[in-house]
Amino acid sequence: MTGELARLVAGRLAALVPVVLGITLLVWALSALALGDPARASMGQRADPAAVERLRHELELDRPAAVRYVRWVGRLLRGDLGLSLRDRRPVTAVIGERLPATVRLAVAATVVSIVVGVPVGVIAAARRRTLLDHALMAAAVLGISTPVFWLGMMLSLVFAVTLGWLPVSGYGGGDWSHLVLPALTLGALHVGVVARMTRASLLEVARHEFLQTARAKGLSETTVLLKHAFRNAAIPVVTVIGLGLANLLVGAPLTETVFAWPGLGRLLVVSVDQRDVPVAMGAVLVFALVYVLGSFVVDLVYLAVDPRTRRAAAQ
Amino acid sequence: MRRPSRRLHRGLLAGASLLAVFTAAAVLAPLLAPHDPLAVVDPATPVALQRPSTAHLLGTDALGRDVLARVLFGGRVSLAVGVGVELVVAVLGGVVGLLAGYYGGMLDATLMRLTDVVMAFPSLILAIGLIAVFEAPGLANVFVVLVLLGWTTIARVVRGTVLTLKSRDYVQAARAIGARDRTILVRHILPNAIGPLLVAATLGVGGNMVAEAGLSFLGLGAQPPTISWGAMLADGQSDLMTAPWAAVFPGLALLLAVLGVNLAGDGLRDLLDPRTGAD
Repeated sequence: MTGELARLVAGRLAALVPVVLGITLLVWALSALALGDPARASMGQRADPAAVERLRHELELDRPAAVRYVRWVGRLLRGDLGLSLRDRRPVTAVIGERLPATVRLAVAATVVSIVVGVPVGVIAAARRRTLLDHALMAAAVLGISTPVFWLGMMLSLVFAVTLGWLPVSGYGGGDWSHLVLPALTLGALHVGVVARMTRASLLEVARHEFLQTARAKGLSETTVLLKHAFRNAAIPVVTVIGLGLANLLVGAPLTETVFAWPGLGRLLVVSVDQRDVPVAMGAVLVFALVYVLGSFVVDLVYLAVDPRTRRAAAQ
Repeated sequence: MRRPSRRLHRGLLAGASLLAVFTAAAVLAPLLAPHDPLAVVDPATPVALQRPSTAHLLGTDALGRDVLARVLFGGRVSLAVGVGVELVVAVLGGVVGLLAGYYGGMLDATLMRLTDVVMAFPSLILAIGLIAVFEAPGLANVFVVLVLLGWTTIARVVRGTVLTLKSRDYVQAARAIGARDRTILVRHILPNAIGPLLVAATLGVGGNMVAEAGLSFLGLGAQPPTISWGAMLADGQSDLMTAPWAAVFPGLALLLAVLGVNLAGDGLRDLLDPRTGAD
């Protein structure tokens, strides 16, 4: 069994290689396109053609694209993403400073989406086809449709500006009170998805016979769902929570902008605005790699938890 | 058997009504708008950040412009980008998906690898990365970027549908009696692939609207004097304390419009695929 699992993991890992290569190729191509001709740009329109040619040679711009890409990947593997055009600091250092704030926000937002989304889904499933169920599911659709940056502003308007309970924006040196509103905002984006998935999976499982038995024993619907169905419904929910990472990453630039949160998303927006291409593309690359690795880990958890997926994957 | 579709029809109806209202408002904006959305009204009196009143139902913004007029005109941009992008995307993705699913081979392999990579990025992140390629920000870039990102989703949906349809008896039968590929594709497969395409495209419209507003909010999309709900929100945020209406209403408009699209999309899906709406 463990040998089989190892083989499956190796298979998934192998499938990851072309995707990661594709990501690096795309990011490299985007950088090249966005930078244009740095030699011409730095020397101006009326520069001596010979001098421009020398600089192009120096920057290896006269080499074939394939060679430049391979060299870029080589540097990437050594952790070299180039220098920021603004302050000449290494891009990896700039990103390294910003990453912890985004991770902290994403983790807190995930907790919000679980703590709110799962109970809502369970309640809706237990009271299915009642007014409460309809109301909760309508709220879920509303939550999914709410633009995250507007929600952030409205939460800030109510809890920070009007009630004065929480700070309006900023990192506050890591103080938790500064984390509450951004985490609620970003988490809310995903609450509706988690709630809908929890409800749907519970109802899917609830059709099975072992639950009919439990019901026949006279247990309440809530007990049946929580004790018997929930464990079996957990896998799709876990997946949705894992894939929620994507939503959270998408929301990061917006949420971080609303709350002046010094994370990677804000860095990406500012660097695009300032045309600091190396930093912008570094941030895009890190986001994509985190996302792909996140989905990969969810995949592995899936394989480890559910024997059915193992069997399906082995076939 | 209880008819499960009653409630779902209601969702579709609500969504379609919301969309109808927004479309009408956008089309009729020049007639409905009480003021010029770009003009500073009543320059004689200090009217910047006026609270909602009978003269300005939704108040005025920091430059003294009528918020209602701007919300109405902003709807034009939002719907035009949302629907316009999706039309291009549906045709492009539909054709690629149809051909890839039916013929397989190189086209299919290329499509799948390409979509694998595109889907490996959180969409807004890649959109921002693509925006960085352009010299100056603008709504046209947003349009191009959303088309570049959007067609793959439709192509994958259509490809999947075609793959299942291809093996159906009636398609096999058509082939057995010597129908040409084009006939099979257009007469037998396309009509049955339209449903899933329509659902994906409808939900795509909402995604485009949110993406446009988001990019414009970040300052990477529509630039003045183009009126975008996202850009209005960015402007409104600085005056959130003193004049919340400048940010509340454009966001509310965006929320309701996207809600309409999502309700309509969900409703369509339940209608076309009864299995998903069983309870």
